[in-house]
Amino acid sequence: MSMLAHDGTAMLGRQLQRIRNTPGLLILTQTMPITMLLFFGYVFGSALAMPGEEYRSFLVPGLLVATAANGIMTGMFQAAQDVHRGVTDRLRTLPINRAAVPLGQSVADVMVTAAGMVPFLLVGLAVGWRVEKSPLQAVGALGLLLLFRFATTWIGIFLGLLTRSEEAAGQLGGATFILPLLSNAYIPTEGLPGWLRTLAEWNPISAVTTALRDLFGNAPVPEGAAWPVAHPIAGSLMWCAVLLAVFAPLAVRRYAHGEG
Amino acid sequence: MTSTYAVLSEGLEKRFGEVHALRGLDLAVAPGTVCGILGSNGAGKTTAVRLLTTLLRPDAGSARVAGHDLVREPEAVRRAIAVTGQYASVDGDLTGRQNLRLFARLHRVRGPAERAAELLDRFGLTESADRPASTYSGGMRRRLDLAASLIRRPEILFLDEPTTGLDPASRNLIWDAVRDLTADGTTVLLTTQYLEEADQLAHDIALVAKGRVAHTGSPSQLKALIGAHVEIVVADADVLAKAAGVLDQLTGAEPSFDHVRNSVGAVTRDTTLTLPRLVRELDAAGVPLLDASIRPPTLDDVFLRLTKEVAA
Ligand SMILES: Nc1ncnc2c1ncn2[C@@H]1O[C@H](COP(=O)(O)OP(=O)(O)OP(=O)(O)O)[C@@H](O)[C@H]1O
Ligand SMILES: [Mg+2]
Repeated sequence: MSMLAHDGTAMLGRQLQRIRNTPGLLILTQTMPITMLLFFGYVFGSALAMPGEEYRSFLVPGLLVATAANGIMTGMFQAAQDVHRGVTDRLRTLPINRAAVPLGQSVADVMVTAAGMVPFLLVGLAVGWRVEKSPLQAVGALGLLLLFRFATTWIGIFLGLLTRSEEAAGQLGGATFILPLLSNAYIPTEGLPGWLRTLAEWNPISAVTTALRDLFGNAPVPEGAAWPVAHPIAGSLMWCAVLLAVFAPLAVRRYAHGEG
Repeated sequence: MTSTYAVLSEGLEKRFGEVHALRGLDLAVAPGTVCGILGSNGAGKTTAVRLLTTLLRPDAGSARVAGHDLVREPEAVRRAIAVTGQYASVDGDLTGRQNLRLFARLHRVRGPAERAAELLDRFGLTESADRPASTYSGGMRRRLDLAASLIRRPEILFLDEPTTGLDPASRNLIWDAVRDLTADGTTVLLTTQYLEEADQLAHDIALVAKGRVAHTGSPSQLKALIGAHVEIVVADADVLAKAAGVLDQLTGAEPSFDHVRNSVGAVTRDTTLTLPRLVRELDAAGVPLLDASIRPPTLDDVFLRLTKEVAA
C-alpha cells in the first residue's frame, strides 16, 4: 500500500509537470465549457420557456457535469498517447505497483478538473448562477462532481489501453459529446417522450446533474423521474461506485497485461 | 534450482494472429557477458526482447531471467532488469531532467535530482536538460533513453538496437557505457543490425532467423564457420590451372576463377593455412605469383551466408 502511494504520487507529479510544460491543451479544455455557458445560456435561453437567468442557473450544474464526463475522452487520450510513445512499456518494465500508473493519472486529472472549475464558476456567478443553499451542501456538490470525474477518467484509461490509439480517442471524443445531449444537463427531461425520458434519466450524467442542482439549490428534483434522478445523491453515488467497480479493475488488468 | 545463466530460455514461442514471430527460441547468456542478437528485419529480435522483459507473455516455452521464472515471478524479473526498447520511450512532454528524476523516484533512488544530473552529464545532455524531450534529436532521445535505464545498475540490461541512427560520437558513448557496465558485472543482451557493433561488444552472438536461433558462438567462432577467403593472382592465364591445382590441394575447396584479373580463389576453414605457407607452396610448384591474400571473413559475410542458408 505504501508502495502504491509512493509510486502513485510520483506518477501524479509527472502528470502535473506535463500539464505545466504544455498548458495550451488545458486552456483549450477549460475555455470550452465557458463558451458553451455563454452560447447556450444566451442563445437557447432566449428560445426556452424558462427565463434567461433561470436557465443559466439551470445550465451551470449541467455543464459542470457534462465537462466532468469528458474524463472519458481525456483519460483515453492520455493513456493511448503513453502507449503510443512507448512510455507505458517503459513503466511496465519497472518494479512498481501495477495500479500506480493509472491511479496517478486519474488523481492528477481530478486535481486539474478541480482547478478548472474555478474560472467556470466565476463566469457562472457573473451570468446569474448562485449557491442558494448552505456552503456545506455546495462543497458536497463539488465533491460529488469530482468523484464522478474520477470514475469517468477510469473508463477513459481502460478504453485508451484497449484501443492503444490516439486517433480512436479523438473519434470517441466526438462521440462523448452526445452523452450530455441524452441527459438533463442542457434541457429538462420532463418534456421528452416516454422512452427517451427513461433513457435520459438512466444516463449517469442526469443523476449527478440533478444532485448538483439540488445541493446548490438551483432547481428542485423533478417529479416522477426514474430512480437515480428521483434520489439524485444516492443515484450519483451508486453510478460512481458501479463505474469504478467495473472500470478500475479492468484498466489495471489491461495495464498489467499489455497487448498480450 | 538456480540457473547459472543470466538469461536462459527454452522453446519460447509467440504468435501475433497469423504471424509466428518466435518458433522456439533457445537462448543461454552467461552472467557478466554481452550477448548480441543478430537477425534480419522481422526475424523476431524485438519480440524476444519484449518477452524476456515481461512486456509480452509467451504462448509456449519457458525462460528464467536473473534466475527468476518469467511467467511466475515477473516482479522479481523486473527488479533485476532494465530495458531500452527499439523505439524511444521517454515522455516527450517532460524535460530530460524531469524524465530522469521521475524514473529515479520510481526506482527509489536516494537523491533523485543528483542522480539525474549525473546521468545527464555522462550522456552529454546537460545543455538540453531543461528542454522538453520532444524537442530532442533522435540521437539525443536515444541517449536519454539509455540514461533512464541506468538510473540504478541493473543485473541484466536489454538494449534493442541501441545505436540505430546514431552518429559515431553518440555510438561510442553508448559502447563505452556497455563496456563499463559489463566491467561492473552487468549482463547485457543487445540486438543489432550492425555487425561491427556485435564484433566490438559481444562475447557471444546468437543469430536469429525466422523466430529461432540459427547459430550461436563467439564472433571468431562464427567467422570460422564461414572460413577465410584465399585469393591468388598470377602473371599469365596459362598457369591459372596450375595455381588452382595447388589451391585445391591445400584447401580441398572448389576454386573460383576470375579470368579478367587472372586470379583464382577459394574458401577454407583450415586455420593452419597461413600466407607464408601459401606462398612457399606456390613457389615450389613454379607458379609465377603476382599477389596472394588470405582475408578473414567479416561478420557481414557470416550474416549474409547464414541467413541465406536459413532462408533456403
Ligand atoms: N504486435 C504485433 N502484432 C502483429 N505482428 C507483430 C507484432 N509485433 C511483431 N510482429 C511480427 O512479428 C515478426 C517479428 O517482429 P520483430 O519486431 O520481433 O522483428 P525484429 O527482428 O525486431 O525486426 P526489426 O529488425 O525490423 O526490428 C514480424 O513479422 C512482425 O511483423
Ligand atoms: Mg526490432
